[in-house]
Amino acid sequence: MTEIIQTKQLVFAYPAEEGAAAVNALDGVDLTIEQGSFTVILGHNGSGKSTLAKHMNAVLLPGGGTVWVDGMDTKDESLLLEIRRQVGMVFQNPDNQIVANVVEEDVAFGPENLGVPTEEIQERVGAALRTVGMDAFSLHAPHKLSGGQKQRIAIAGVIAMEPACIVMDESTAMLDPCGRREVLDTVRRLNRVKGMTIVLITHHMDEAAMADRVVVMDSGRVVMDGPPREILVRMEDLRAIGLDVPHTVELLRGLREDGFDVPLSALSVEECAQAIIKSL
Amino acid sequence: MEPIIRVENLIHTYGLNTPFCRSAVDGVNMEIYKGEFLGVIGHTGSGKSTLIQHLNGLLQPTSGTIYLGGRDIWAEPKKIRDVRFRVGLVFQYPEYQLFEETVYKDIAFGPKNMGLDEKEVDRRVRSALAFAGLGEELLDKSPFDLSGGQKRRVAIAGVIAMEPEVLILDEPSAGLDPAGRKSLLGNIRAYHRQTGATVVMVSHSMDEVAENVDRIVVLANAGVVMSGTPHEVFSRAQELIDVGLNVPQVTQVAMALARQGVEIDPAVYTVADLRRALNGLKGGRSGC
Repeated sequence: MTEIIQTKQLVFAYPAEEGAAAVNALDGVDLTIEQGSFTVILGHNGSGKSTLAKHMNAVLLPGGGTVWVDGMDTKDESLLLEIRRQVGMVFQNPDNQIVANVVEEDVAFGPENLGVPTEEIQERVGAALRTVGMDAFSLHAPHKLSGGQKQRIAIAGVIAMEPACIVMDESTAMLDPCGRREVLDTVRRLNRVKGMTIVLITHHMDEAAMADRVVVMDSGRVVMDGPPREILVRMEDLRAIGLDVPHTVELLRGLREDGFDVPLSALSVEECAQAIIKSL
Repeated sequence: MEPIIRVENLIHTYGLNTPFCRSAVDGVNMEIYKGEFLGVIGHTGSGKSTLIQHLNGLLQPTSGTIYLGGRDIWAEPKKIRDVRFRVGLVFQYPEYQLFEETVYKDIAFGPKNMGLDEKEVDRRVRSALAFAGLGEELLDKSPFDLSGGQKRRVAIAGVIAMEPEVLILDEPSAGLDPAGRKSLLGNIRAYHRQTGATVVMVSHSMDEVAENVDRIVVLANAGVVMSGTPHEVFSRAQELIDVGLNVPQVTQVAMALARQGVEIDPAVYTVADLRRALNGLKGGRSGC
C-alpha cells in the first residue's frame, strides 16, 4: 500500500494570549494514512484532532516537522492547489460551507476554481450528486435542506474535485441520528466502492466501530492506534482521556465480571447478542 | 400530578397565506408536570423546536392554547415578559448568543431585566454559575476567551439565574465530547434535584434521554406520537424506528436477544438492567 498522507514529528501551536505561554496543540505527531483506508480519529475537545485534520490539506502549516500529501511537502506554496485537489475537507457546520443559491452551482464551485472545462464540470456535478444520493435536489436551494442533506451537498462539492482523500472534521457532530446515518452511509460507500481514502474525525464512539483503523489523540499526541476491536475495548484508558466505550463493550465487560464467557470485541449489536447467546 | 404547563390543540403554521404554508406543529396536546424531568425527542423537522418556542411565548400559536399554572399565557399579551421569566429557554448552541464584556455581566443580564436589586442579582449570578459547573475565577473573564464547553455553560447559567419554574434546554449536549456531555448532564440533573424545578430537555440522543429523564414525549410529523416512561416508550421500538428514531444500543441488544428466543424484556434500556436480567437467566438455568 502507498501512503496518501504522512506526518513526521508534526508540531503546531496557536498564537498565545499576551503574557501566557504557547501550548502545543500538536506535539510531535507521526502518522501515516494509507491510500484507500478508512481511519477514524478520536479525541476529546481540545485534544488536537481538528488541528491535525487542518494540516492534512494545508489549511494550517506545520510549526515544526513535516506533512506530505501524496509525497508533496505542504510547506511548498507552489503545490498548494495540487494538495487541495488531492485532499478535500468537509467541516462541522453545514451552514458555513454553502456558497451558492442553487445546489448544482454549489457543487460546481470547487471544480470551477480548479479550471475544469464547463462540459466536464457538468458531468462531474451530476456524478457527484448521484454518488451522495442528492441528484433529485440539484436545482433546490441549499439553505432549505436538512442538516444531513447539506453535509451530503458539501461532500458532493468535494467529490466533484475528484480528490484521493476526504477529511471529515466532525462533520456529523451537528446532525441528528438520521442525518448522521445518511452521511456515514455515503462516506462508507465512497470508501468501499470508489476506493477513496477517508479520515473521519469524531467523538461518537459508534462511528469509530465501522472504521479499519482508530487513532486516538490526547494532548496533541497520538496515544492509541489500531483496529477498532483492539482500541474500543480499552474502557479505563479511554475514560481517562474523556472518551467512552460503546455500550456493547460496557455490557460485555460487566458480564465477564459476572462469569460469562464473552469476548469484549463483539462491538456491533448483532455480534454482542450472538456472543451472549453462546455464553448462556 | 399537577401540570405546570398544558398545551391544548396547538397548531403553528409557518408562511400562512403563502404557497410555502406548512404546519410545523399540528394539533399537539400535552402536559408538563410540576417538578418532572421530561425528555422531548423527535427527528429534525418533527416540530420540537417550534413546540418549545411556544412554551415561553416566543411564538404565538396559529390556533390552540398554552396554559402556564392554569392561565392562558396569551390572555394578556402585554404580560408575556413575565412568562419568559417563569419559563426559561436555552436554545441550541446557546454559546453563540453571549454578548457581554464579562461572564458576570452576561449571566446578570436576565435577572437585571427582571428589575431585581444588585444584591439579589449577585446572589443569583453566583448560584447559577455553580449550578452550571463553573468556578468564580471566570466571572471577570470575557466569555469569548472561554472554551466552547465553558461558553455553553455560561449561556445556561444566564437562564438559570432567572430562577425559572420551568427550564427548557434544546439539545444541551450537541457537539460536546463524551466527558463534556456526561459532566453537563450531571450538572443539569443536580440542578433538577436540588431546586425541584421542572426541567424539559430536547434531545435526539436516545441514550441520553434514557439515562436522564422521568418521562418521554415523542414527536413525529408535527404531532405527539407517544408519551410515557422510558420503559413504556422503548417497548414500542418498531414504531420509533418507523418515525426515523432509534432505541438505545442496550435496547437493541435486548431486542436481538428476544428475537432469538432468549426470555428477556426487550425494552430494557440501561447496561445495569440488562446485565442483571442476563445474570438472572443464567442463575436460573444453572440452578436446574
